Order: sequence, then structure tokens, then C-alpha cells
Amino acid sequence: MRRLSSTQELEKLRDEILKKRDPHQPFITVCGGTGCHASGCHQVVDAFKKVLHERVKSNGVGLRVTGCHGFCERGPLVVIHPQKIMYQRVKPEDAPAIFQETVLKGKGIENLLYEHPTTGEKINTEEDVPFYKKQMRIIFGNNGSIDPTQIEDYIAVGGYRALPKALFTMKPEEIIKEVKKANLRGRGGGGFPAGLKWEQCRSAPSEIRYVICNADEGDPGAYMDRSLLEGNPHSVLEGMIIGAYAIGSREGYVYVRNEYPLAVENIGIAIRQARDLGLLGKNILGSGFEFDVKVSRGGGAFVCGESTALMASIEGNVGEPRAKHIHTVISGLWERPSNLNNVETWANVPVIIDRGADWYSQIGTEGSKGTKIFSLVGKVNNTGLVEVPMGISLREIVYDIGGGIPGGKKFKAIQTGGPSGGCIPESLMDLPVDFDRLTEVGSMMGSGGMIVMDESTCMVDLAKYFMNFLKDESCGKCTSCREGTKRMHELLTDITEGRGTMDHIDLLEELGWVTAEASLCALGGTAPNPVLSTIRYFRDEYKEHIINKRCPAKVCRAFLKYRILSDVCTMCGRCAKACPVEAISGKTRTKKEKGIPFKIDEQKCIKCGMCFESCKFEAVEAQ
Amino acid sequence: MIPFVIDGQPVEGKESGNILEVALDAGIEIPHLCYNESVKPYGACRLCLVEVGRRGRSKMTTSCTYPVMEGIEVLTQSEKVLRARRMIMELILAMCPGDKLIQDMAKQMGVEEVRFKRDDKDCILCGLCARVCDEVVGAHAIQFASRGDRREMMPPFGEEAQSCIACGACVVVCPVDVIKMKEEGDERTILRWKRTVKMKKCKICGNYFAPWFQLEKFREQAKLTKDFFDVCYTCRT
Amino acid sequence: MESSEIDAIIKQYRGEESAILAILQDLQAKEKYLPKEALEYLGEKLHIPLNKIYRIATFYRAFSLKPRGRHEICVCMGTACHVRGAQRIADQMNLQLGIRPGETTEDQNFTLETVNCLGVCAAGPVVAIDGQYFGKMSPGKVEGTLKKFRSDKKEGLNAKA
Repeated sequence: MRRLSSTQELEKLRDEILKKRDPHQPFITVCGGTGCHASGCHQVVDAFKKVLHERVKSNGVGLRVTGCHGFCERGPLVVIHPQKIMYQRVKPEDAPAIFQETVLKGKGIENLLYEHPTTGEKINTEEDVPFYKKQMRIIFGNNGSIDPTQIEDYIAVGGYRALPKALFTMKPEEIIKEVKKANLRGRGGGGFPAGLKWEQCRSAPSEIRYVICNADEGDPGAYMDRSLLEGNPHSVLEGMIIGAYAIGSREGYVYVRNEYPLAVENIGIAIRQARDLGLLGKNILGSGFEFDVKVSRGGGAFVCGESTALMASIEGNVGEPRAKHIHTVISGLWERPSNLNNVETWANVPVIIDRGADWYSQIGTEGSKGTKIFSLVGKVNNTGLVEVPMGISLREIVYDIGGGIPGGKKFKAIQTGGPSGGCIPESLMDLPVDFDRLTEVGSMMGSGGMIVMDESTCMVDLAKYFMNFLKDESCGKCTSCREGTKRMHELLTDITEGRGTMDHIDLLEELGWVTAEASLCALGGTAPNPVLSTIRYFRDEYKEHIINKRCPAKVCRAFLKYRILSDVCTMCGRCAKACPVEAISGKTRTKKEKGIPFKIDEQKCIKCGMCFESCKFEAVEAQ
Repeated sequence: MIPFVIDGQPVEGKESGNILEVALDAGIEIPHLCYNESVKPYGACRLCLVEVGRRGRSKMTTSCTYPVMEGIEVLTQSEKVLRARRMIMELILAMCPGDKLIQDMAKQMGVEEVRFKRDDKDCILCGLCARVCDEVVGAHAIQFASRGDRREMMPPFGEEAQSCIACGACVVVCPVDVIKMKEEGDERTILRWKRTVKMKKCKICGNYFAPWFQLEKFREQAKLTKDFFDVCYTCRT
Repeated sequence: MESSEIDAIIKQYRGEESAILAILQDLQAKEKYLPKEALEYLGEKLHIPLNKIYRIATFYRAFSLKPRGRHEICVCMGTACHVRGAQRIADQMNLQLGIRPGETTEDQNFTLETVNCLGVCAAGPVVAIDGQYFGKMSPGKVEGTLKKFRSDKKEGLNAKA
């Protein structure tokens, strides 16, 4: 790979790459996203490798391990090109058949195809699957076609087309104008207009400026940035190079969570490959512009997603936020003007430059243009990553794309915005999802995590869970945040363990208010949201815990009682075996003896639920 | 000098100043714990909260970290401020119910009851000891460890603070007086950091004036004579 | 740990003071914890006072000052996993191993940790052991999963191809 010193050379390379790829030649893509990793995609890849190695007719058939396809519920996912036949829940032993039937003969294998949940119809191609139909995958779509460790794949799908356009046909001010016109707002949760941020950074007087990519995705349940950085790192990199040119920066950082080793690896590979080709470094594509990127790893601290804490971390300090009376665009990393944007925000930049702000601003709502990638997880049929135009309703996301609630259970609420957000009940499901509408009802769109909950989720327990998370992650500097989250957690624990009083709710609201008002950064500033929103929409559930000492969702153990129904018990003895504290007594039925129905000793019972799990006859009841 | 307003009263502050110091100079009382003139403002205790009005917008912020700016309107006793301040005081009192200063401060603010489970901590986590040690003395002996509700002030590994020179600055600066110093014979101990040092005696007045090892270090670095520090500074002048 | 090994790590980052986090991470990855002597040595070499290094080492969850077990178990406690019953799995781990999150078993075989989100939400509840992900976990599957990693005198874990 030689260094490219002009746009012409880049286009020549692109032609060369495309010429080598016959669009009619069959090839196999296997999703290599983390979700599929957990489902065993490695073994599937190995199985295909073996088949291709052994079969004579495998000449010319390609195998590509790609970035995350998004339909994580159904992984491992395999797509056979050129027909784009999609197989889900593929096992290693399916590889030979897939090769024989689909690759060679073009025939679909029934049991591996996606089956429509209501009509039972088998669906052949990816784009016809209901999960994908309502999506608009302008940012995420390429994940399925590229191997993230091969820059050629990115170039083949049109990557690095926006960069020469920006460097050679647009002035920095024009690029900023275009980004402003597109109204690109930060995708990390803040929603601040990116173009305005770039402009402020550019106009701050300094020789040195920094551009930073915030890949410290810390919201539990959100993994969009992970999949984007792992699956299509060049899209982020290209955005950063364009941004650096517009802002006037020569040095960039990508700050990645240390819990994402594959993302760290893949962005590192992407940077090296871009450097080799001359897309990073001195005199990029012969433009005279110089820019390079370093990767900085997080140390396991959610608070480092906050911009000033993140910068402190890059500087080699603890992630303690500082007051932002002087913004980071004026004085940030090492007191230089710094522009920080989220992974997804950066990935939107090449699309905007390539296709234009006019095209881009046709998507979305008045105040929220473009698409957003969400992680739809929890009690939903089709868990995975979805990219939709802003303005789509929550109901469409959960039901049309998500396929509704599994097990026929009833929807209860959806948590958006992670620990900074709140829950949204059924009555508000028709709200359009964008930066502003969800904030009005006490939540926020946040970075994109959407956790669906059903009747078996206890909202008080959920609030307690979030408060536990926040008090753990608080840096501890501010009294209001450190003590506030600690005491809110204490109060919620009291309520879930039967010691709650109605005064506690008032105290929670008061504490919540102070924590938000008095704390320095957004961690403390948004900490009370999960508590306040669950009190707002599920006050009755709190009352049940406090007054009736009851948990309607049967989650809070202090209120649970496990009981074995003696007339259903088959005396198999499984429960007694599973019980870790030997609280279950009875006699197993054998050929000779009748057996005695099993019984739980309430005094010894620690309510772990293992008996309930182990019983195959539904004889154990939780009340 | 930059003019602005606090509680309707016109005041002036120098360019790099903060609201709290200007207020205190002007005789306006704003409660504070983690602020001290000798070190950079930190903004940990959150007691010095005020409302700052700027360009038509109002924001609640700590007065010790907010820079002096022309035309801002500061409110130190608004309802919002008092409501937040009282809760923060209650939280600190719940953390350190045994501290006399905290008890007095709370009483003054009208915080009578503590609605939370009482801890039995003594340190209010203001960080002044470490900030003085780092910024003024330069000994770097102690710092915050861990985060969140496990945050505590300690020497590295919780062992004897090896770089502590027993100067006593932390003892003096601690607002709640929980860092104690003991002098016995020729030894001085900073009890909280488990640090005992041998003190050098002045040949003339007989006072123990500084730790041995520190003087030895200075002597070596500055290449002074062996008996240079046999006489204390006071006697030398 | 040899001081030359630490020197090699420092050299990779050209001895820059701001690289302290990255250096500590490499050290942690190598030794499975941060030995006290290594931190003291680092402080001297990089001219960073020990109180700052200790503060950094205790602030970030990636670091451990105590030696970790042979196998590291991470129970994901992200919201999606929580809603699918992660707490019960953590409790079951506790019962099976006799240790709480942050602790190591007496035989030094297992260290139990909880993590706030592994980013594998679709497969939740998720447990990662030595970086290997086990999706769709349930309290009932814990014992069987742990068995694969229990130290066995008869057969080393590397015996499997």
C-alpha cells in the first residue's frame, strides 16, 4: 500500500479495489460484533473457513467477518452475497449445508431463515426482515459489508470520498457552515449543535487546538458507540479528519473505555492503515494539511464520559470534572481550545459532507435532524441496535422494530437516557423520539440506550439500581452528589426492604432537587432523574412497597415468600438439591417409596429463587 | 477592578478573583468549608452556593470557583440558595455528626434535625490538607483515594506518610480540627498520617525546630556545611 | 517484577508523565495487579509523587492493588442485564464461591467482579470469564459454567486443544 499524495491517486486506488471485486461473485459475511461473539460467531467463522479450505468448488468464494449487523437477538448472523440471503442463529454445523445449498446453488435453507412472528412466513433477505424495514441505516448500514480491519473495504463502499471533497473544494469556514446547516447535534446525550461548537473552537485564539472523540460510552445498556467504533472505525476517523481541518487542529485523541478492548484494537488498526495510505499524518493527500490521532484508554470510570473529566484523564489525572465557566472549546485539554464530540456525531460528518446538508436535513424533525442509533434491549423480542430517523415514535421502535414484549407479557415502561434519563410509561409511547420531546416528560434521549421493561420489573428496584450505579461512579468531590446519591440509595433500599415511610418519598424528592441543583457536573446534575421519573409515573408502586409492604412485580425479596404447592409437587427433589442453605425438606419418590411433598422452611429461606428456577413442574410459587 | 453586584450591593473584584473572596472582603457572610486563601479554590463542599445572574440567565453555582465578571448579579440569600445550603449542611452533619464546628454551623443555619442514618466519620473531605501539602508545602504526602462514597484522605497505601515533613500545615488548615499533632521529647507525630519524625534541637535556644531528615536533605542539596543547621533560624538572626 | 520490565513499558510512551494511566494499564495487564514496589519505582522514574499515583490507582476501577485470581469473573450489572435478573446471578456466584464482588477466593483461583455494562446487552444476562463471554446466563447455569474453570490437579486447563 503506497502513500496517496492526491485525490486522483485515491480514486485510482478505489477503482483498483472495485475492479478486483466481482459483484456477482458469491461471498459469505459473518457478523463479528460483540453480541455475536457471545453467541459463538468465532466457531461459525472457523467452520466456514474449514469448509472453504476443504471444498474444491470454494475457489473465489470470499469470507468476511464484519462489524455488528445490529440484530443481536438473532446472532450469530450470516449473510450470503450477492443475493443478501440472511441466516440467523447459525451454528457451526450449519456451515457445510450453507455452502452447499446457498453459496453454490443459491437456495435458501428454511430453518435458518427469519420467520415472521405472526404470519409464519420465511423471509429471505435482510432488508425484508421487519426489524430492519423501518430503520434508516445511513450511518450503521455499512457495518455489514466491511471488515473493520481492512481499509480497502471502507474505500470500496465509498469511504474517504467526503475527505478530499472537504480538503480540496471547501474552505474550513464552509465546512462549518455546512455542518451548521445540517443542524448536526451531539449524539452523546448533550445534543449541543456541533457546527456551533466547531465554530467556537476555531475562533478561540491559539496555535494549538485538539479534536477529541468521546468513546467512553458508559450508560449501562448502551453499546452503539462500541459497535460503530469496532465495526466501522474509519467512518469515525474520516469525520475527525474533516473536523480537524475545519477547526484548525493538528492533533486528535480517541478516548475509549477500557472495557472495550476490541474497539481499542480496531481503531488502532484503522489509524495505522490510514497513516500508511497518507490519510493521516503530514500533507494529507497532498493538501498540505497535517493531522494525526492518538488512542487514549479509559480506566473504568463512568464520570470520564464528562468532557472535563475526560480531558483530565487524558492529561494523566483522576477524572474529576471542573467548573465550566470557561468552556472547553476555549480552554480544554492542556488549557488549549478543544472540540469534543461523540463517536456517532463524528460518524455523521462524512455523510453530511458527501451528500450535503440539504439532503441530510430532510431527515428527522425540525429541531433534530438526521438519524439516531439506539440500543433496544431488555424485555423486548428483537434486541439489538437500530438506526431510525428522529421523530419516529417510541411505540414504533418497541413494537414495529422491536417486535413487542416477549412471552406475551405487558409493557410497563421504557428507560431512555441511561442513568441521566427517566422512565416513560405506556401512556406516552406515541411521543416522537428526539432531543427535545423526551426531556419535556422528565427523561431524555441521551446517548441512545432504550431499556424495555415489562410487568416483572419493579420500578422502585430500578430506581435503586440506578442510584447504586451513580453513587459508585460519582467521583466524590461534591458533597451534594457524593452524599446525595448515597442517601437516595439508602432511602430506596429502605423502601425495598420494608422500612419505607411516606416521608421517604418527600425526602427523596427534596434530596433529588438539591443533588441536581448543587452539583458541579452532569452526573450529579441528572442523578435524580431515574428516581423522580419513577415517582412521577409509578407513585402507586412506591406506595405498595411502603404501605402494603408488597412488591407487585415480585422482585423485592424482602416481600417475597416462596412456597411449594404440595398438590403439584412431583417429589423429584430437584429443589432441595438446588437450595444452597438446605431449607427444603421432603422425600423423593422412588419406585419403592411414595415420597413426601417438599416443603420450604421459611426461617432458613434466603429467597434466592433457585428452587423456583429448578422446578420443572411449576410447583414453586413466589408470592 | 471589575464592578458587579452582590445582594444589591455594588462591589469590586480584581481580575483573577472569585465571588466568595470579594464577598468576604465586603463583609458579606457566605458559609464555606473547603475554601482557603492560601490554595486554589476547589468547590467540594458546595456550601458557598449562590445564584449568579448573567445576561438574563440565572444559575446556581459555587461562589469560590466563579470568576469575577463585570455586571453579574449575585444573590447569597435567595430561597433557592438557602434551601440547597440547608440540605447540604444536613448531609455534612449526617456524615460527621460528632464534629463541633459542623454542629455549630448547622445550628447557625437552622438545621436542627438529621433525617439520615448518622455516619461516624470525622473528615469532611474538603481536601484542604492535601491541597496545602501539594500546592504550598510541596511535600505531596497525602491525597484522596478511591471515589464516590468510598473517598477518603490518606497517605499512599494507608501506611506512614513517607514524604510527610511534619510541618503541621495540614493540622492548622483543617476546618474541623481532626488532624492532630503530638510532640514528645525530640519527636513530633502527625497522628492521622502515622508519621513520626525526629526533630533537631537548636544548640542555642534548645527548641526542637525542624525534622532531622528534612534538614539533612536541604544540607545535601544546597551543599552546606555539616553544622549549618545546628542553630535554628530565629537564633541565627 | 523486574525494573527492566517496567522500564520497557515506560519507554513505549516515551516517558511522558501524562501517559501514567496507559502505563498503569499495561502494568495491570501484565501482572494482574499493581504491586506497591512497581508504583514506587514508577513514581521515581516519571517524577510523579507517590500520593498522585496512589490516587490514580485507587480512583479507576481498572486497577487492583491486590493480586487477582487466576480467573477473573465479571458479572454484567448493566441495566438490560439487571432487568433480566443479573442480581440473582451475582448472588449465585457469591453462594458458589463464597466471595463478594471485589474479592478473590482463598485458593487464588477466582476473582469476582461486577461491571456496569459489558456492551453485550442482547445476550443478557452476561458473565465474562477471562474475557470469554457467556450469554443468556441464569442462576442455574452458574455452577456448570464455573466448573470449566475450577482448578483440577488431574488435568491442566491447557489440556483441551
